[in-house]
Amino acid sequence: MQVEKSNEVERNIHMDLKKITEEQTSQTGLTEQISENRANGTREKGIGAKGDFKPLIVAFCCNWCSYAGADLAGTSRLSYPAEVKIIRVPCSCRINPIFILRAFGRGADGVIICGCHPGDCHYSTGNYYTRRRMTLLFSMLDYLGIEKERTRVEWVSAAEGVKFSTVMNDFAKTIHRLGENKKLEDLRCKEFPY
Amino acid sequence: MPKIGVFVCWCGSNIAATVDVKKVAEAVKEEPGVVYTADYQYMCSEAGQSMIRKAIKENGLTGVVVCSCSPRMHETTFRKAVVAAGLNPYMVEIANIREQCSWIHKDKEEATEKAVILARTAIAKLNLNQPLTAGESPVVKRALVIGGGIAGIQSALDIAEAGYEVDIVEKSPTIGGKMAQLDKTFPTLDCAACILTPKMVDAAQNEKINLYTYSEVESVSGFVGNFNVKIKKKARYVKEELCSGCGVCTEKCPSRKSKNEFNEGLDNRGAIYIPFAQAIPNVPVIDTSACLRFKTGKCGICAKNCPADAINFEQQDEIIERQYGAIVVATGYKLISLENFDEYSYTQCPDVVTSLEFERIMNAAGPTKGQLIRPSDKTHPHTIVFVQCVGSRDTSGRGKPYCSKVCCMYTAKHAMLVREKYPDTEVYVFYIDVRTPGKNFEEFYRRAVEQYGVNYIKGMVGKIAEKNGKLIVQGSDLIANEQVVIEADMVVLAAAIEPDPSARSIATMLTASIDTNNFFTEAHPKLRPVESPTAGIFLSGVCQGPKDIPETVAQATAAAAKVIGLLSKEKLLSNPCVSSSDEMLCSGCSNCEKVCPYGAISFIDKTFKIAGKTEARRVAKVNEAICQGCGACTVACPSGAMDLKGFTNKQILAEVDAICR
Repeated sequence: MQVEKSNEVERNIHMDLKKITEEQTSQTGLTEQISENRANGTREKGIGAKGDFKPLIVAFCCNWCSYAGADLAGTSRLSYPAEVKIIRVPCSCRINPIFILRAFGRGADGVIICGCHPGDCHYSTGNYYTRRRMTLLFSMLDYLGIEKERTRVEWVSAAEGVKFSTVMNDFAKTIHRLGENKKLEDLRCKEFPY
Repeated sequence: MPKIGVFVCWCGSNIAATVDVKKVAEAVKEEPGVVYTADYQYMCSEAGQSMIRKAIKENGLTGVVVCSCSPRMHETTFRKAVVAAGLNPYMVEIANIREQCSWIHKDKEEATEKAVILARTAIAKLNLNQPLTAGESPVVKRALVIGGGIAGIQSALDIAEAGYEVDIVEKSPTIGGKMAQLDKTFPTLDCAACILTPKMVDAAQNEKINLYTYSEVESVSGFVGNFNVKIKKKARYVKEELCSGCGVCTEKCPSRKSKNEFNEGLDNRGAIYIPFAQAIPNVPVIDTSACLRFKTGKCGICAKNCPADAINFEQQDEIIERQYGAIVVATGYKLISLENFDEYSYTQCPDVVTSLEFERIMNAAGPTKGQLIRPSDKTHPHTIVFVQCVGSRDTSGRGKPYCSKVCCMYTAKHAMLVREKYPDTEVYVFYIDVRTPGKNFEEFYRRAVEQYGVNYIKGMVGKIAEKNGKLIVQGSDLIANEQVVIEADMVVLAAAIEPDPSARSIATMLTASIDTNNFFTEAHPKLRPVESPTAGIFLSGVCQGPKDIPETVAQATAAAAKVIGLLSKEKLLSNPCVSSSDEMLCSGCSNCEKVCPYGAISFIDKTFKIAGKTEARRVAKVNEAICQGCGACTVACPSGAMDLKGFTNKQILAEVDAICR
């Protein structure tokens, strides 16, 4: 009973938020601008029909756990959206915040970082650095207007093919809900310095 | 200007069924640097590899992109292939279009599109690849085995047989492990001690094997071929070199209240004790938590009675530092704690025992001298109920999700032994499934049912309660579809096995990976089953997953073979994908040094001549032999001086750009 109730409350909040954002966007005329950009084909995002939102998701995976987890998802034929493209790094701690800024600057709609579970890092402590760095970076990005839901850190072990696929499906769904990311790509940052 | 060849693999129909390989090869033709593209059914086959070699020679390729399966599978294969054609092995990039594309997408158009992007990404990276040369490091010709059970002993014996020095580190006072506690072994009913103790003696007498019992690994640093290990040899308070193992001290010790670990706490031992009669080394140890001398300062009876004057209350823990070329992990298992399983009343009723306790009860050298009697009132039980899958195959979260693998067989063994020795005793076994995948296993189980009349009931036990000295076992019989109540005298629980609690800390020390159940992970589940993903670390026995004795011995020998292969090399090639610092950019801030988990970064003072001026600065220097290439320093470096070869900032940014084009 309780669970149902809290779900309902959450749903209501979501509805409210949606309403508010819709109102805001219609006020500022952002919606029109976005669809105009899309129609102009200012950037290539998949081969979907025009207006059909195909997000661009960059996933950074550490070589030892998460990349192997992604391989396991593959060998187990656990599908996740083709929008997710994986970049292999030796350890999640190799991921420089600049890589993430660059991805958003070049039009990524979401960036997800996958590493070994805390305590299981192949290099013993790498993922702890990732955790701290990304907490800072994501709150800064949030401040810049890149919603927190567009960025995520997940721990996926080499044995967790199911988790990898679930996480990617869920993340892609979230990005679909959020829509296109224009923040680092809009007029103010057209010539992104990187 | 790089000249890149792109080779798209069909992988039979694994890739070609969902990805239009010809289209991929066509689409990347215009990518910067690409001068040659091709596709073939099996790139990894000899024909495929020779196709790559030929293309390199004919077109003067400087780099190769292979669009195929995961680099974890065939990166090495293709690196070797290009080396044969005269290229640097690190001028190869793999686009993973099987695991990350064809196998997870169904729509051909979508999958092809993604494959093109993945290929493009690999090409973008390869454009920035530099030839890398692996450094060489010597191999220390000595192996370390962590754990002195049957797995560790077997690995050590095999390595010693090949002529290499081996050290076994065992945390308890004797080697032998869990197998020493077992009574008989299935399916042959050999006595465990009869087959194990000669091996223990062999290990002790082998001049190449060095035993560190009552010792623990304290720290591990270094890398494959050159591990530096600190071993803590805990104080026994008995001088090993003087002690003759006569056992007088253990008899005279006035303290008798400590639980005997070897007999699973079914009887007591003194504060100074030898775990069991065949212990190796046959040297007692003082349990300081029970010893009156250590607790009150008075006593010392053992020292007075020792004919060899071997007792030394002043002994201190000793730290031994040694170098090893390879490490075998054989940390074994324990039974899970049954605290969360109230329905079985294990903690309340002394006559509810675990299978390992039952082994000790049945053992002729055990607390009951092999007499089958109840722990509570020392009477002979007339009805025994065995419960299988106690905590195994349990998805509720209380137990373990996996099958412990050995319980079905040892329960059949227990049931059979009871029926053989005491035909008047009725035996019931509650099971979910009986799993007998092993040589002569099914026959053994059938014998228990048909020849020995063991009553197998398919179903779970819901509750065990004590009533008037009897154990009321309530369970379900799924075949008869009814509830059964059995008045038993004794209940034996086949508790799940789990990795030894030390597994996690040892894995952390070794930077070896373990799974969610704390079992060590193998480098490849099928093709590299005895190696850890961390180079130079090998796995032996139950630390990798539940298994029985023959499987453990087979794996121990396999791990030994791998160790011998490693130790027989004069030099090892190290991973060239390591960090390096640009001295011109380095400000000497030490950020990189602080985050380096291996202590690979040091600082040197260097003089630079810039625009005619001489300037002395402190700059970072990476020890390439120690650096493992995690890249933590590259992100910590504020001036961008640190970069990781093979995964440079530029390369990763190029990948990001290629994806977000």
